[in-house]
Order: sequence, then C-alpha cells, then structure tokens
Amino acid sequence: MLLTIDRIDKSFHSFPNPPTQVLHGVTFTVDSGEAVGLVGESGSGKSTIARCLLALTKPEAGTITYDGINVAHAKGEDLRRLRREVQMVFQDPYGSLNPRMTVEELIGEGLLVHKLEPTAAARRQRVAEMMEMVGLNPNDMQRYTRSFSGGQRQRIAIARALVIQPRVLVCDEPVAALDVSVQAQVINLLQDMQKRMNLAIVFVAHDLAVVRHLCEKIVVLHKGVVVEQGQRDAIFDHPQADYTRSLLGAVPVPDPVAGKARRMQRRLAAVNR
Amino acid sequence: MAAVQREERNMPETAPMKTLVSVEKLRVEMPLGAKGAGVPIVDGIDFSIGVGERVALVGESGSGKSVTARALMRLDRYARVSGRIDFNGTDLVKLSEREISRYRGNEIAMVFQDPMSYLDPLMTIGDQVAETLRIRGVGKAEARKRALSVLDELGVDKAAERLNSHPHEFSGGMRQRVVLAMALIGEPRLLIADEPTTALDVRIQDQVLDLLDDVSARRGLAVLFITHDLGVVAGFAERVMVMYSGRLAEDGEVENVFARPLHPYTQGLIKAVPRIDQDLDKLYAIPGAPPAPIARPGGCAFHPRCSQSFARCSAELPRLLTVGQGARVACHLHDRPANDRPVNDRKEG
Repeated sequence: MLLTIDRIDKSFHSFPNPPTQVLHGVTFTVDSGEAVGLVGESGSGKSTIARCLLALTKPEAGTITYDGINVAHAKGEDLRRLRREVQMVFQDPYGSLNPRMTVEELIGEGLLVHKLEPTAAARRQRVAEMMEMVGLNPNDMQRYTRSFSGGQRQRIAIARALVIQPRVLVCDEPVAALDVSVQAQVINLLQDMQKRMNLAIVFVAHDLAVVRHLCEKIVVLHKGVVVEQGQRDAIFDHPQADYTRSLLGAVPVPDPVAGKARRMQRRLAAVNR
Repeated sequence: MAAVQREERNMPETAPMKTLVSVEKLRVEMPLGAKGAGVPIVDGIDFSIGVGERVALVGESGSGKSVTARALMRLDRYARVSGRIDFNGTDLVKLSEREISRYRGNEIAMVFQDPMSYLDPLMTIGDQVAETLRIRGVGKAEARKRALSVLDELGVDKAAERLNSHPHEFSGGMRQRVVLAMALIGEPRLLIADEPTTALDVRIQDQVLDLLDDVSARRGLAVLFITHDLGVVAGFAERVMVMYSGRLAEDGEVENVFARPLHPYTQGLIKAVPRIDQDLDKLYAIPGAPPAPIARPGGCAFHPRCSQSFARCSAELPRLLTVGQGARVACHLHDRPANDRPVNDRKEG
C-alpha cells in the first residue's frame, strides 16, 4: 500500500468551548495509481483528512503511513521526500495562485524548491513540457494568472503540482468553483494524468456524479466517521448505509420528467407524513 | 407530468399565462473600456416571464446572466441600461432611482449565491428579515410578527427563539432560508435567484430547491433562477433560457429543451452535466472558454467552440428565430426559409 490511514482521530480546540472531535477513527488505504474519492458534506471532515495526508496538521491518534514514512512524525530527508511526492490541488484557483507570479514562476517553483533542475534553462524546458501536457500554451509562460479563466487557472494549479512528478495528488474540491461546461475538462485531465504518470489521486468532493467518473474506490464520510467504503460499483449500485442513499438521492437528475416526478413524489410523501 | 403540475396550481394548460415582465432589446453596458467606454455585457435580449412562471436563465461565467438579472432591479449604479423592461405596465428603465427603489423588495426581490456575505454578522436574524418592512414604515412589533411568520413558512425550526440569533449560529442551508425570508417578506411577485444553491452541498441544495418549489407554488410567485448547471433546474423550471456571451442562444419549455436541444451550445451544456446514472469513459466538455465581452468574436459568438459551425457562422450574427411552441433559437442551422420568422430584427452594429 502506498498510503495507509489507520484509525485517525482529530479534534479542534476553541477555548472556552469544549474541543470538537472532527475525525473518529478514519481508516482507508490508497494504492499506487489508484483514484480514491472522499465524499461527504461540509463538516464531514474530508478536508481535514486531506490536510493530515499532507502533514499540514497532525492527528491526535492513529497513524498515516506513506511508503514507509510515518507522516505525522516525519522530519529531515523523509519529510522532504513526502513533500515532493505528495502534492495538492486546492478548490479555489483564484485564491491559491499568487497573482504576482508569472505562470513560469508558479509552475517552476517546485523544481526550484526541491532542487530538481539546477539551471533556469532546464527549468523552463520542464515547465514548457508540463504546460503542453495539461493543455496550456507554453507561449503564455510570462503571463500572470489574472488573464486566465477559472478552468485554465486550475490547469496551472495541476501543472504546478505535477511538474515534480509526485506519486500522490490530493485534490480538494478542484472543480467546485468551475462552470459545469469546463469542469469536465479538468476531470478528464486528471484522469489522463493518472494514467500517464501512474498517479494515485485522493479526490475530495461533495459531488457524487463527478466522483463516479474519476474514482475507482469511494469513501463516504459523515460527521467524521467513515459510514461506508468500497469499490465504485458497490457504492453506487448497492449502497448499504442510509446516509449514502440519501446523498445519492439528492443528486440532481438532468432530466425534467424524472426530476419533476421525484419532486412531486417527495411533496406527496411530505403531505402524507 | 407537466399537466399535473399545472393543475395543482390551478393553472390549466390551455389558459394563456399573464405576462408579468416583458423585456425588449435590453442592453446593459458597463464602463469598463478605455476612458470608461461602455462594454456591452448584455447585448440586446428579449424575453418575458409570466405570472407565477419559473424560468431558468442558464449560461457560463461571463455570459451576462447575472447582469441581466441585476438590470431588472437596476442594481448596478454605473451600468447603462437601455431597451425596455415592462413590469406590469411600467417601464423600469425609465424610472428614477427613487421610483425604482419602491419596486425593490416589494415587487421584485433577489436571493444571492453566498448567504453569509449578504447577511450582516452584527444584526439579529429577526431584525434583518424585518428590515425590508421597517424601511417601508411598518411598525416594529408588526414587522417582527411578519418576520416570524415568513421564517415559519420557510421551515426554520423554533423561529420565535431564533429571531434573536445571529447569522453565525446558522448552518449554510438555514442561512439560505433566512436570505429567502428577507426576499419574500415584502411579498414580491418576481423572485430572482442568482445561483442560490451553488455554494451548498447536494442534500442542502435539494432542500432549498424543494423550498423554492413549494413557496412559488403556494404564492403564485414567478421565479427567475440563474445557474450555470442545467442539471439543477431540470426538475424545477418550466422554461429555460440559455444565454451565451450577452445574447440569448435558446429559449424553450424545459421538456423540449432537454429532449431536443436546438442550439449546439445547449446540446453541449446538457452533455456536460455529469450523470450519476450513466457510466462514460470520458466526460464531455465544451472545448475552449467563453469569450470576454470586450473581444467577442464576429458572427455567432459561439462559432469558435462549435463543432457544427460553417462559413456563415463567422460572418453573420444569427437572428433569434421563433421555431414553434414558444421555442426560440439563434443559430444558422435552424435559419431555413420554412420557419424564417425573425423576432429580432436588430442589425449587428
């Protein structure tokens, strides 16, 4: 297993209130090259898990093991390797990219930090290749992010994460801020990259329809507890937990006849209750 | 199914719907160009909304859908609005600021995307909901009573106790109910909902949609629902208007638009909605990105992204044609002599 999350607990303290426990014994694994979807509503703890995976915050109990490294206690060379091999793409491409940096600086920053390409010319070459790979025009290297659309910015964020060839990519709601018409571009790009680079993806989302297309394995979270996990088909075709069923039932169906029938049915049920 | 829905609201299918708002050649310019030159964000659109009708206005970021909606209430002070907005016999474009303010909240109300940034964190829920009435000179006790009844109607639990709460004590879904209460307390006839569910989780989104559905049915309230996701409005709207780069691309009854989308852009939008009930190898994405209003391509603005475009598309602006059963489309593919009945004669200028 590339990444093992074993019974982790996490609480947040807000004096004078008692601490709130946001994760209760969360356990799952990620294999190399596997796409895992973390699904749940706001407050289910899915982003906290993502932050724990990147060693941005530490769980109080339980362990996270990445390729033999204990994530919470990693330091020195281990921590540097972790930081290089586990990368993140954030939700808001308007907030996560520094507006004062050019695209070249943004994408090449990881190469510089990890000293992967010593010369500026070699870095530029790698940045250009990466831009090509994610569907950006390398001629736009000197531009700033303000002139890019949301979908293009998310491509920049993905290129920035992938340029140092990580083995795990953690994506926290990467398409939630994008229009439906372009979110598929980003999902398809992630899928391509997963296959080309044998990348493991931890995909955090509340949109089940998107998760269904990208992830082979799905972990359903509710209030910090894993209520159900399993292969895609098992979760979507035979959900076991009531919570999973209610999540699935709430996904809008892009079909007016079915959608209206469902709404009517629910209204009748509410009247009869 | 559609017939059942209409009966429920005492609206037989045959009776013609009374028009509530009728918009003609609406053009909204924003002073964004060099030396404050106007950039047409909305470039001449015509549509109408019937009494109690639910209309969805769909388009990508930058298509001008929010600007159109805000123009109906004249919310953007620096926008240059021209054309005609006929609301029950009054042209809202010609009204003074003082006169239009009487329409805001009382005749037309609006709900925005992010409920937290539209609520004052230092004001109690009760005061915020009652504010619309207080401004109109309603007494304090009376305004509070009505705020309570609206919150009750919208399913806020223990509304009486929560009148004294502050917004931070409410969850996302509850805040959206409060914002909705603020909009509805003035008993408007048209509710503009600008992406009201985009920031919400699927289950909360579903609850808010159910709520809007109920309220609009009960009050005979017309709703203009703005969204970029066609999937969300399928079960809610009666009519769908698709907007692209400041112009209408298609307008039709929701069942027809989903069953037979006429404009290639609408076809793309429908295909792009990820479906929970289908497995696909590749998700469909409309290639490219929408143009900036300052650099709109000539001819049909969609032609650079369209898979079915031909020579005429880059040369000539398509007219919005009526193609039977109240359906309209602006696409040269449908501009054949048989249904050649222009509804929009405006020349490209």
